[in-house]
Amino acid sequence: MRIRAQIGMVLNLDKCIGCHTCSVTCKNVWTSRDGVEYAWFNNVETKPGTGYPTDWENQARWNGGWERTKAGKLQPKQGSKWRILANIFANPDLPEIDDYYEPFDFDHDHLKSAPEMEAFPTARPYSKITGERIEKIEKGPNWEEILGGEFAKRSGDYNFEGIEKQIYGEYENTFMMYLPRLCEHCLNPTCAASCPSGAIYKREEDGIVLIDQEKCRGWRMCVSGCPYKKVYYNWSTGKSEKCTLCYPRIESGNPTVCSETCVGRIRYLGVMLYDADKIESAANAYDEKDLYDAQLGVFLDPNDPVVIETARADGVPEDWIKAAQESPIWKMAMEWKVAFPLHPEYRTLPMVWYIPPLSPIQNAAEAGAIGTDAGMPDVKKLRIPVKYLANMLTAGDEAPVVNALERMLAMRSYMRSKTVEGVVDEGIAARVGLSGRVIEDMYKIMALADYEDRFVIPTTHREQVEEAYDLKGGCGFTDSNGCSTGISKGSLFGGSKKPLKMPSEVQ
Amino acid sequence: MFANFSLDFFIFGIMPYIALTVLIVGSIARYERDPFTWKSSSSQLLRRKQLVVGSVFFHVGIITVFFGHLVGLFTPVWILDALGIPYALKQWMAVLIGGIAGIVALIGATMLIHRRLTDARIRATSSFADIGIMVLIWLQLFIGLGTITLTVQHMDGVEMVHFMNWSQSVILLNLNAWLDVANVHWLYKAHIFLGLLITILFPFTRLVHMISGFAAPFRYLFRPGFQLVRSRRQDPLPRARNVVPAANRAVKPVANPAE
Repeated sequence: MRIRAQIGMVLNLDKCIGCHTCSVTCKNVWTSRDGVEYAWFNNVETKPGTGYPTDWENQARWNGGWERTKAGKLQPKQGSKWRILANIFANPDLPEIDDYYEPFDFDHDHLKSAPEMEAFPTARPYSKITGERIEKIEKGPNWEEILGGEFAKRSGDYNFEGIEKQIYGEYENTFMMYLPRLCEHCLNPTCAASCPSGAIYKREEDGIVLIDQEKCRGWRMCVSGCPYKKVYYNWSTGKSEKCTLCYPRIESGNPTVCSETCVGRIRYLGVMLYDADKIESAANAYDEKDLYDAQLGVFLDPNDPVVIETARADGVPEDWIKAAQESPIWKMAMEWKVAFPLHPEYRTLPMVWYIPPLSPIQNAAEAGAIGTDAGMPDVKKLRIPVKYLANMLTAGDEAPVVNALERMLAMRSYMRSKTVEGVVDEGIAARVGLSGRVIEDMYKIMALADYEDRFVIPTTHREQVEEAYDLKGGCGFTDSNGCSTGISKGSLFGGSKKPLKMPSEVQ
Repeated sequence: MFANFSLDFFIFGIMPYIALTVLIVGSIARYERDPFTWKSSSSQLLRRKQLVVGSVFFHVGIITVFFGHLVGLFTPVWILDALGIPYALKQWMAVLIGGIAGIVALIGATMLIHRRLTDARIRATSSFADIGIMVLIWLQLFIGLGTITLTVQHMDGVEMVHFMNWSQSVILLNLNAWLDVANVHWLYKAHIFLGLLITILFPFTRLVHMISGFAAPFRYLFRPGFQLVRSRRQDPLPRARNVVPAANRAVKPVANPAE
């Protein structure tokens, strides 16, 4: 047993209202720069849909994540080390920017500078890469917002695997949910494994996966390696970039920007203790459906005395152990089993987990035609097919998702009974394998979701990692490259880019 | 010696040392002072078209040519003699392998230049250095292939030995090295000059990714396992094992390079 601590995240999709505040605040902080206009470290997708970049979940097409070879070996789906090196000149699995979208802006200046003319002046779009006029925008960061576009296209959604999907294109049967996505900070990241330069690494103290901008050489194997397509190639600097889990904030005990600003209070951050020695075998489980359970097996109970003692011996600070004991992630993933990893079948052991959303009960049930199971609606009758959620969260295994949805319904039912009717009904709790006390704890954390319950983040131990005296007079956070300003200003080693020219109207 | 100063003396006697100095000092300075700018500058994300074939052709061709020159020019002549390889045979091999690889590289380079100049996205994101170095390399390939037409007229290998002597004399700091190539055809001279020029420009352009490219296989293949973990701790992590005997339930310790 080799114990490490990791900051994990859970998103309660049941409460996501799709407001995109997380995406926008993240964008403003991290990717409002040249070369990453198209990159969203955090984005919110409307499901069912093909997502961003288009069809990202389809690994038969992109070859992201890991595969178990016939010999039982675990290797990146895009190939062994030799294969990856052979693709260094041209990466066959790399998306083109059009698979995301061509970044654009609008010619706002024209609104005030246009000469007098008959038609009202408009701000027409232009490409942020070439500066050329874009006649028609064909794609954007959230092109399928609220089921935008025809079903025929959206139904390309990989999560429809094994579902008779045609009826979900009908108005009466349509369903919808939001899926906010960010880097999963995996226990077994394929991006790091694919990097020939060794620029991507996992931090030992908090598990955050980062790209060393000074070591990255732009071989772009990480972009294709990541099955979530959450590593982005900055076409201006020629380096890859990704979500940093806002590590400067995490280090000081603050939640990430996306979590802090989440209006629906759906995001949770906390510490998970895990056994680093178990990662490889867990990721290499034979059956894809076993991967969810295998990952549960990697996590360690922070209240187990043996775990606590070993964690101390392995250098996990005392306050991190305490934080792990109070971790909302532990409760939701391990105790209540309501949170699941996104696409465990990619074998990356992701550390951003999701609570599946409840959805309205089909019309017939509302009218009383379909029986409820002793006061509790049958989750199979929910508008979002359980199979669809299972394809997304448990590699197709429906039982754990059904269990989670039932527990969430039970929580509602129990609390409604308690607060409206004043009746504490332990029977409801018992039916889903919980007790009233646990349900009230769930209610406090999942429904009320107070700030201090959502974010249990121990600060980093700076005294272990740096000499404060050496930092005196330093330049703080920079673009990278120490106090140098990086490439954008131009230097002997990299000419400055020509400024974009705004397209002008032909007279 | 300076009495008989000539352009030949400067280019073939002095310039190699300038080129090597700039190459080494410049590369070290860039790696040390501005590592953020050290990159391959791939443009595949912006446009895949023409890159996959163009880049593979160009790189495979030019790497073959590069190592061909390296081995061909710097293998001491006495090794050839000792192994009993006739000069003419070596020249035939050079012409054949270099010719084929050179043509492949030239096709790739032509596709890449065409893409760089005509594709709006690539053009808009190209720096002067990006286009300049591409044109220089294209020209170098073209001239290099052009010298083959001269070479095939004298397949005895004598002239090739001149070039070998010159390269090796330069490395051995022999200031009379330039005399070895003073009387060759101007096309050969142009080829050498361009080569030295590209060497000088190396640290200031994206060409620096060659070093990373040659280093990558070593880095990657010899990295134990796939994953990398970095620790910021100043004191190494406790390595203590069996502190808690109950914890060692059939798990074998796995070496972790970063700790």
